Amino acid sequence: MSAWSGIKTIAKRELAAYFDAPIAYVFIVIFLLLAGFFTFTFGSFFERGEASLVSFFSWHPWLYLFLVPAVGMRLWAEERRLGTMELLMTMPIAPWQAIVGKFLASWIFIGIALLFTFPVIITVNWLGNPDNGVIIAGYIGSLFMAGAYLAVASMTSALSRNQVVSFVLAVMICLALIMVGFDPVTSLLSRWASPNVIEAIAAFSVMTHFDGVVKGVLDFKDVVYFASVIGFGLFTTGVIIRSQRA
Amino acid sequence: MIEVNNLSKVFGTKTAVNHLSFTVQKGEVLGFLGPNGAGKSTSMRMITGYLPPTSGSVKVCGFDIVNDPIAAKRKIGYLPEAAPSYADMTVISFLNFSAELRGLSGQAKKAAVRRAVDLTFLDSVLNQDIDTLSKGYKHRTCLAQSLIHDPEVLILDEPTDGLDPNQKHEVRQLIKRMGETKTIIFSTHILEEVEAVCSRAIIIDRGNIVANGTPAELKASAALAGSVLLSLRSGVDAEALRQRVAARPGVLRGEIVVADGPRVVLRAMPDRSKAQGTLSGTLAQWAVSEQLGLEDIRVEEGRLDDVFRALTVTDAASQAAKAAEAIEAAKAAEAIEAAKAAEAIEAAKAAEAAQQAAQQAQQQGEQA
Repeated sequence: MSAWSGIKTIAKRELAAYFDAPIAYVFIVIFLLLAGFFTFTFGSFFERGEASLVSFFSWHPWLYLFLVPAVGMRLWAEERRLGTMELLMTMPIAPWQAIVGKFLASWIFIGIALLFTFPVIITVNWLGNPDNGVIIAGYIGSLFMAGAYLAVASMTSALSRNQVVSFVLAVMICLALIMVGFDPVTSLLSRWASPNVIEAIAAFSVMTHFDGVVKGVLDFKDVVYFASVIGFGLFTTGVIIRSQRA
Repeated sequence: MIEVNNLSKVFGTKTAVNHLSFTVQKGEVLGFLGPNGAGKSTSMRMITGYLPPTSGSVKVCGFDIVNDPIAAKRKIGYLPEAAPSYADMTVISFLNFSAELRGLSGQAKKAAVRRAVDLTFLDSVLNQDIDTLSKGYKHRTCLAQSLIHDPEVLILDEPTDGLDPNQKHEVRQLIKRMGETKTIIFSTHILEEVEAVCSRAIIIDRGNIVANGTPAELKASAALAGSVLLSLRSGVDAEALRQRVAARPGVLRGEIVVADGPRVVLRAMPDRSKAQGTLSGTLAQWAVSEQLGLEDIRVEEGRLDDVFRALTVTDAASQAAKAAEAIEAAKAAEAIEAAKAAEAIEAAKAAEAAQQAAQQAQQQGEQA
């Protein structure tokens, strides 16, 4: 059996598990409501008077902060709670295939939720003439950021059989990833530290890398950043799972 | 075929499995016995590749479970201890999922799922969510998962746990039938299961193998195995009879089991150091020729329970073993019909006292 078919089998089951539970639909509805709410009220979509989705995307780091860990918390915690970890790890697949498969399933789930925000594209196109290339870049960047959060959630999910614990841990880590590059925080820090240090720390933040995305610039550097957070998160998930079996 | 070589597992400072070595050939059903916490599940988890061993090696059909895990795992069907499964899936989707993970697809997958469902009688619940099933069905669903790819090697951790007597019987028959062509290891607490299904049994205690043999061999090593029970009705005094029996050639010592007026039940322990012949035959002839009113004579087969307890009880072993013997004696007394009620109660009391003694002994042992 090829590596890919193992990943596909795992991902298919995991995705079906999302949609089998009512929580998936609740999640999508909440996501859409919040996304709309932030865009049109705090984001002042109309008042801006420009045909862009800046007010939509700029809230995503905060929106994902709670919603993505909620999606990712069950990935491994549930497996350990049910005891199916023992089944999964004695199947003829490598652990990394299971890790990637599960991650992909939750990523696709977020992607589906994100797709349902399409009315906002229609709205902005109806009202004006936005640069749709910028919007697509924004969606891709947003999906990558969700992937980075999910990899963190996958890691914390492997740490505990309790989903609440894994949720809280993931939120804390993601919050830290936001904060180190969040303007109010960095300007506060600039009183003590040299700009170079602050810049170096801010380079680890999702905010730093998502800023460009919001403005419509999907820099290769930013994609590399999100991809490496994903890579690190999944690798650490593997290390944690292995250490628990030892 | 499974080869386990010097397998050890250490958790922190606790040695769960201590240099375990054994092999299981194709066509063999190996029963894994031992008290709770003896290291049965840990051993099985290492054999199936779930836990990495601290030292030693496991080879499944020639593939090393550590160095070539995927190839080895392909050969194995595994039923973990608590028979876990995904609660939110239906039985059929769970089995399809397992089949796909085993690399089956299309018609082959369909046929494999069909076969597993037929073997485990799951037809009536195929489209039910697993969390709505009773324990027995959940258990069989996980068992079906382990059979789905018709594996050469089956590792079953307590396969009959939580099943009703009919289901137990079915699963035992299934294991026995499959054992003819596969290599099977299964663990259990139920000793009759071992006699019914296994071609060989291993008893492990605190991580060590303490016995390894066929069920018949194990039974023969019971303390009372081979002893002869004589039920006599004559006017002769019980103690005098005992001395006469003990004096017979081939008899190591005699014991009074029941002394009830003219009816006396004696146990003759064979002298294992001498060639025995048929002790029961010679004793029967002797009793008849002496006109001792022989009513019944039988040879104690030995019981796995006794072997199990004798081998696995802790340091207070000797006392507990004595207690076990006393219980055995009380049971034998009951078995012989003519025993009066009062006596039975007395025997039961003795048994109870003995049991208490055994418990005390065990507690002391544990404290120590």
